[in-house]
Amino acid sequence: MKYADEFRDKEIALGLAKAIRSEADSQRPYRFMEFCGGHTHAISRYGLEDMLPKNVRMIHGPGCPVCVLPAGRIDMAIRLAERPEVILCIYGDLMRVPGSQGASLLKAKARGGDIRMVYSTVDAIRIAEQNLEREVVFFAIGFETTTPPTAVVIRLAEKKRLGNFTVFCNHVLTPPAMQNILESPDIRNIGRVEIDGFVGPAHVSIVIGTEPYEFCAEEFGRPVVISGFEPLDMMQAILMLVRQVNEHRHQVENQYSRAVTREGNLRAKEEVSDILEPRDQFEWRGLGLVPYSGLKLKRTYARFDAEIRFGMNELRVADNPACECGMILRGVKKPVDCKLFGTVCMPETPMGSCMVSCEGACAAHWTYGRFRDHQQRRAS
Amino acid sequence: MKAHQRKLDIKNGCIDLSHGSGGRAMSQLISGLFHEAFGNEWLARGNDQSAFDVGGGRMVMTTDGYVVSPLFFPGGNIGSLAVHGTVNDIAMAGARPLYLSASFIIEEGFRFSDLKRIAESIGEAARVAGVYIITGDTKVVERGKADGLYISTAGVGVLTDGLDLSAEKARVGDRVLISGTLGDHGVAIMSKRQNLAFETDVVSDSASLHDLVAEMVAAGRKGIRLMRDPTRGGFAATLNEIAHQSGVGFRLQEETIPVKPAVAAACELLGLDPLYVANEGKLVAIVSPDVAEGVLAAMKAHPLGRDSADVGEAVADDHHFVQMTTSFGGGRIVDWLSGEQLPRIC
Repeated sequence: MKYADEFRDKEIALGLAKAIRSEADSQRPYRFMEFCGGHTHAISRYGLEDMLPKNVRMIHGPGCPVCVLPAGRIDMAIRLAERPEVILCIYGDLMRVPGSQGASLLKAKARGGDIRMVYSTVDAIRIAEQNLEREVVFFAIGFETTTPPTAVVIRLAEKKRLGNFTVFCNHVLTPPAMQNILESPDIRNIGRVEIDGFVGPAHVSIVIGTEPYEFCAEEFGRPVVISGFEPLDMMQAILMLVRQVNEHRHQVENQYSRAVTREGNLRAKEEVSDILEPRDQFEWRGLGLVPYSGLKLKRTYARFDAEIRFGMNELRVADNPACECGMILRGVKKPVDCKLFGTVCMPETPMGSCMVSCEGACAAHWTYGRFRDHQQRRAS
Repeated sequence: MKAHQRKLDIKNGCIDLSHGSGGRAMSQLISGLFHEAFGNEWLARGNDQSAFDVGGGRMVMTTDGYVVSPLFFPGGNIGSLAVHGTVNDIAMAGARPLYLSASFIIEEGFRFSDLKRIAESIGEAARVAGVYIITGDTKVVERGKADGLYISTAGVGVLTDGLDLSAEKARVGDRVLISGTLGDHGVAIMSKRQNLAFETDVVSDSASLHDLVAEMVAAGRKGIRLMRDPTRGGFAATLNEIAHQSGVGFRLQEETIPVKPAVAAACELLGLDPLYVANEGKLVAIVSPDVAEGVLAAMKAHPLGRDSADVGEAVADDHHFVQMTTSFGGGRIVDWLSGEQLPRIC
């Protein structure tokens, strides 16, 4: 496959693996967090862990928007879908995200809620045009990558004068979450988890550029290497991080230079800031309330805001106390450290959010990597 | 007085509730459309059942339902798919398919012209496969109660040479053979889905495999442990089922698994994995290592098995994992599919 296979070449991968092995100091650990779920998935899908030396460990970060969505927001969406006039348009991977008490949008749909899977925001607009007597709500979710399409669709609805289309906005921002992780007591004080550097987001960075990560290098002294999602991208980014650590540097470097610039996509950023603005705080599953980490519609676009149109109250739901998603999302624990992992919590019956999306740390490990747990147990 | 006073208006007409009521309109539909398309001496007798002779050997029976959406797709339609799917279920036992039944649940308003195309595809697929549709049923439901047309089938065949293929028979060391490229059917269907439509020249691989199976049986005899057609859930689901039923694990080499570039590209775009995408004209065979080469050669010599490949082996594994060495060089599990990758694919 042109433009993809070139970035999955085995020989080049083996060369990079050899370079990492020879350059990584065997006397010290290297702990790198890949922020993005896309990276987590690539690591598991291509078996990259097998190609890294034992002292280079990847920590799976909170960069899966489905995984960090708190159960309360799912409950809010379910209540919305229960209203007879509402058609709720969602991306497919939201269907099975657990709300409170085993609820999910999939179950709400089976009980009669009109919930429709869409592949793009424009599909939701089309549904609104075809159902003028109904209220069509688009469940917007995602990091900075999916935010511009939401902004565009709000503008489109305005242009088409669609009075029956609103957006339930759950967009979140990457840099505040990285800052939250670096400021968490786990990392700053207790020293329970060490992060020696970040593999920075691929698609998010296409939109926002590399500049927003500079605080991470400057204030927190951690190197960041922006990396593409292909396996060779990741191997190269890991090598670049190893080199920065060895040379005591902490800079923002751009491995994904074929797509990412320092400024990012100015047009997309402008479109977003015209229509959306930061919330004072937003709840993340695993991280709790993170200041200025979520987006909402600006007051001038309030008529397209589902939370206002339907007077939706913020619902807060405590996670299952045995679920370790929070610790896993911050890199403090691994999926296998959770008592629920692989016992009651599996992709078919997720208890915690990390098991829901294929980009979640638990689902990725369960689906692609759990054979290593048995190998390790046998070896020990 | 003639039985049917006015001919069916195939070009402009459509199904109404009277076509399922058991009266004259239904009789006209059956004789004017279905018999026309796939009639034979059994159907011509007009009974609610058919008697048939079976030679020596054991009988094989299967049943299947078809709810594919859209009804027409590149490389076939629900009619040809129903014949191929039923024939293949019988063929995977190593049996020769003989007779099929077909039951139609049709939505009010369904166009005669579409029904005729589908019936003709059934007739054509049955003729090519050398099987006969010897009994059937027609029901009509109100508008909105079915998505156009559903087909339910049954099929019988015979096993004449003492074969006993079964999913618990894989043994450590056995080879895993597949009869061609994976994911063609699923991608062809997806390319025509209303909310997903994309341009591709991929056509469904829908085909009857019993001829290919006969060649394989001739080449491998008792060395063939089992065969499966990897339909819903794809190759990954099929291998996981076999691993559990046989109590073994599998180790695959990703590099050896054939996937068309266009299918790989479509899957890349949609975030799917070809190993989980449905096939309707492919089979997986688990064979003992001593006959693997011969069976593979027989497969490659058959038009429906040209791209056949040996993609891995059965290994000892208490956890029954299907593991794969990726073409990138790392290791991973090829797990069961969780949830629906794509509904109503067949």
